[in-house]
This record gives sequence, C-alpha cells and structure tokens, in this order.
Amino acid sequence: MTPKRRQRMLLIASMVIGVGIAAGFALKAFNENLMFFYTPTAVVAGEAPADHLIRVGGLVTTGSVQRKSDGLTVTFDITDNKDTITVQYTGILPDLFREGQGIVAHGRLQGDSLFVADEVLAKHDENYMPPEVADALKTVHEEGSRGTVVTTD
Amino acid sequence: MIFSNFFHKMASPKHFYRIAGRLIPWLAGACLLLVLAGLYYGLLVAPPDYQQGDSYRIMFIHVPAAWMSLFIYVVMAGAGAIGLIWRIKLAEVITISSAPVGASFTFLALVTGSIWGKPMWGTWWVWDARLTSELILLFLYLGVIALHSAIEDRRMAARAVAILALVGVINIPIIHYSVEWWNTLHQGPTVTKFDKPSIHLSMLIPLLLMAVAFKLYYVFVVLMRARCEVLERERNTVWVRELAEEK
Repeated sequence: MTPKRRQRMLLIASMVIGVGIAAGFALKAFNENLMFFYTPTAVVAGEAPADHLIRVGGLVTTGSVQRKSDGLTVTFDITDNKDTITVQYTGILPDLFREGQGIVAHGRLQGDSLFVADEVLAKHDENYMPPEVADALKTVHEEGSRGTVVTTD
Repeated sequence: MIFSNFFHKMASPKHFYRIAGRLIPWLAGACLLLVLAGLYYGLLVAPPDYQQGDSYRIMFIHVPAAWMSLFIYVVMAGAGAIGLIWRIKLAEVITISSAPVGASFTFLALVTGSIWGKPMWGTWWVWDARLTSELILLFLYLGVIALHSAIEDRRMAARAVAILALVGVINIPIIHYSVEWWNTLHQGPTVTKFDKPSIHLSMLIPLLLMAVAFKLYYVFVVLMRARCEVLERERNTVWVRELAEEK
C-alpha cells in the first residue's frame, strides 16, 4: 500500500469513527425522546410527565378487560410484569387486541394510576408459528405447570 | 496470483462489461426461479400465523426488502471507500449504480411495512425509532442520487457521493439495533440475532428463499446499471467505439 493510499484510508477511517462517536453522543442525549412509550414501571416511578400527552406500553393483564355499558368504553390493566396501570379507552380496538397482548396507548395520565387513552395500538412480538404449534406449546406449558403442582404437593 | 489477476481483469472496464453481460441472464434466471419458489412456499404452502393469520405473509416481501435496504447501503459505502482509497473506477461505478436499487428496496420496505401496520398495529405510520431511522435511510439514498446528478464531472461526483455514503453508514447499526436500544412499536428481530430464529421452519424457508432471490435481483440489476455507466464513462475510448461499430 502506498503512503498516499494509507493516508486516505486513515482519513476515511477517522471520519467514519468521528461521525460514529458524534452520533453516539447525540443519541445518548436524546435517549428519552427516542423511547416510543413509557413502561408502567416508569409511570409508577413518576418518570412520565403528568398533564402531557404520552404513550404507555405493556401487556394487557389477563382478566382485566371490562366493557362499560355504552359498549365502546373499555378499561384494562397493562403491566410490564413489575408494575401495573389501568387504561381507559373509548373507541375501536385493533384486531390483535386481546388479553396477554402487548399494546401501546396514547393519551394522558389522570391521577396516580388511571391512563385515559385516545388511541390504542397493538404491538405483536417477534414469534411466528402455525396455530397448531402455538396450541401444542400452550398445552405443554400447562401440563408442565400442573406437573410441578403435583410434585410440590 | 490467479485470484488477484482475476480482480485486476474485472476492474478493467472492458472486461467487466463483457463478463457482466454474460452473467446477467444466469443471475436473472436464478432470481426468477427463486422468487417463484419463494412465493409458492410463502403464499400457498406456509401455514397461517397463530396470531396474525394470513396477514403476516406480507413479511415475505417486507423483510427481504428491508434486509436489502441495509445490505445495499453497506455495499455502496464499501465500494465508495475502495473508490476513494484505491481510485478504482469500477468501485465508483458500483457505488452510484447501487443507489437507485437501494432506494427502491427502502421504499418497498416502508410501503409494505405501512400496509402491514394498518391491520396489525392499527396505524399506517408511527414515529418510532425503527420506522424513523429507515425513513432517514431513504433520504440518504435520495441524497446520494441527487448529489451525483448535481456534479457534472463524473469522477468528482463519485468522490462526493462516496463521502456522503460513508457518513451515512452510521445509520445502518442504528436501524438494526433501534428495536433493542429503545422501546418501539416495531417488533424485535426474529431471524437476525444470535439466538435461534423465533419463526417456524415452514415460514423461515420461504423467507430465506425470497431473501436470496432479492440478493440475486440486486446483483443482476446493479450489473446492468453498471454496464450502462461504464459505457457512458468510456464513450471516447477505442473499445467502446469498436463495440458501437460492431452493432
């Protein structure tokens, strides 16, 4: 490699590394703004601003979905398996909405633990499998937990 | 020795033009076969998803297109660096020929993602880290194309474009890790991670078939574009004139 080429290579390498470091600092500075939603833990810890439109995301707690008598208003709890908050929403829910599903709600906190949403989006995970496999996994899981109950008894 | 000879020969525009011309039909044929196989297995053979039903099948276009949008950018920036350091004309040609193909795949990934997002998430678009960084990638590609056409002198243009491509390369790891570094509405990685893929084999096979087909598509289209670019750049040389007289 000629000295000239080596010099050009070093120049390019330092440019790319420099841009990388700058981008790293910028992203670190804006880290919070880049988060699409707050977790229930963050909300309970008071990290989410009150009286501001924000998004919260978590899994819909099983058995928590309740419909009001008007047929459109729903309340449900979302959790990140540490803390839980209650979401109230009036409108049409996405097809993927169900208990145990990850969702992201956009709206405002009211009081300590009620979140009034004006939009609810469903977040699906990275797992793809045929329905039979999902059923089989579920059965194995249930049998497995039943098995442990038997052995502990 | 034979290896480096091969590369020197390939780097000469004349030989590149000839060899690329011979490769293109084979690559295009293989691409077509793989697309047909991928679509057949993806749309007819693969089972529906346990959560998303049949809607998930758009993944067989969306995911390979998104992978290609990143892959082509890395190739473009890599060829740009080679062109800058070694001043190899063919590397410059590959850089600029890749940009429109990469931009198309990025656009395809964004559009199919949007069409997928509406029924599944409940929205066409959100400003989460993954979607936003992918949109920036589209603008980078468009910037490369615009910068190239704004500078008259081809060699100057190639250098300017290479620097822009290299600055933008930082966006590639950001796009890839955006779903891990930040909360996003977009899902985390299914295949491109160190764990085993969290997708059933019957769905993974058509996905990989389509991914290879898209790679072949890129290679043969970029070779076609590069041949045109080579002819334009070398239009005053003896071999191009002889070629024109033959026809």
